[in-house]
Amino acid sequence: MDLITLAEVSGNLSAIGYGLAAIGPGIGVGIVFGKAIEAIARQPELGGRIQTIMWIGFGLIEFLALLGIVCGFLFS
Amino acid sequence: MAGLVSAQMVLASGPDFPTINDFLPPEILFQGTPFAINRIMLVRIVMTLVILLVLGITALRSKLIPGRWQGAVEWMLDFIRNKIVYEVMGERRGRRYVPMITTMFLTIFLFNVCEVIPGANIAATATIAMPLVFAVWTFFQYWIAAAREQGLLKYLHHELIPQGVPIPVLIIVLPMQLLDVLIVRPVSLMVRLFANMLAGYFILELCLAATQYFLVDVTNKLMTPMGGFMLIAAFVMTLFESFVAALQAFIFATLTTVYINLSYPEEA
Repeated sequence: MDLITLAEVSGNLSAIGYGLAAIGPGIGVGIVFGKAIEAIARQPELGGRIQTIMWIGFGLIEFLALLGIVCGFLFS
Repeated sequence: MAGLVSAQMVLASGPDFPTINDFLPPEILFQGTPFAINRIMLVRIVMTLVILLVLGITALRSKLIPGRWQGAVEWMLDFIRNKIVYEVMGERRGRRYVPMITTMFLTIFLFNVCEVIPGANIAATATIAMPLVFAVWTFFQYWIAAAREQGLLKYLHHELIPQGVPIPVLIIVLPMQLLDVLIVRPVSLMVRLFANMLAGYFILELCLAATQYFLVDVTNKLMTPMGGFMLIAAFVMTLFESFVAALQAFIFATLTTVYINLSYPEEA
C-alpha cells in the first residue's frame, strides 16, 4: 500500500455473490412462514397439515440459499 | 508519515482470524491408524457419553412422581414425541419412528451445543461427516418406508406425477421431482446443518478474535471501545448460536419426519 492507494479492498468476490444469492431465498422463506402463520390463524384446526406442507416448502427454498454456499466452494 | 507507518504495522499483523483449517485439527490419539482421534472426534465421544449417562441414570432412577430433573428430561422427550413426530405423522404411524427421531434430535442438539460450550468451542456437527450420517439414515428410512407401505412403483408414481398436471408441463416436473426425491432431500438436510454450524463457528470466533485483538494486542487506546463492542457482540452471538443449535435440531427432526410421512400413502 502506497500513498496513492490509501484504501484497498481485499478478499473474495464470492462473498458478494453469496449475499446476492441469499436475497431470493430470504424473501421466499419469509413468504412461506408468513403465509403459514396466516393460514393457521384462519384455520387453527388444520395447523398440523399446514405445518407439514410449510416445512416441505421451507426445505426446498432454503436449499437454494445453501446451493449458494456450496457453489462458492465448488467453483473456487 | 509516522502515523501511516504505524497503521500499516497494525494492519499487517491482523487478528487471529478463524480459518477453514480449524476443522482439520491435528490428531491427538492413535496417530496414523484408522482410529485416529482429533479434537472434534473427542468432542463427539464426550457428548455421546454425556447423552448416554444422562438418559441412562435418569431412566434407572425414574420414579412414579418425577422430581425436577426427571421432569425436565421427560418434558424434552415428550416434546419430541408429541410436537415433532405425532404432530406430523399422527400417533398410529408415528409410534414406530419415535425412537429414531428422538435419537436424531438429541444427538444433533447436543453436538450443536458444543459450539458454545467453553473448552469444546466447535460444533461436532460442523464437519460434513456427521450430517452425512444422519442424512443417509433419513434417506434409507424413507425409501424403506415407501417400499413397505405402498410399494416403490406406486410411491414413485405418486411423487413424480402430481395430480392434474398437463402432459407438456410434466416434461419439466418429472425430472425435477426425481431430483428432489433422490438428491435434493438428503443433500439439503446435510448441507443445511453443516453450513449453519460452520457459519455459526466463524461468526462466534470472529467476534472473539476481534475482541482479543482490539482489547489486548493493539496498544492504541482508541480501539478499546471497538473491543468492548466486539465482546458484547460475542455474548449476543453465543446466545443466538445456542438458539440456532436447538432450531437446527428441530428442523432436522421435523423434516426427517415429514419426508418419512410422504412415503406413506395419502389418507383418503
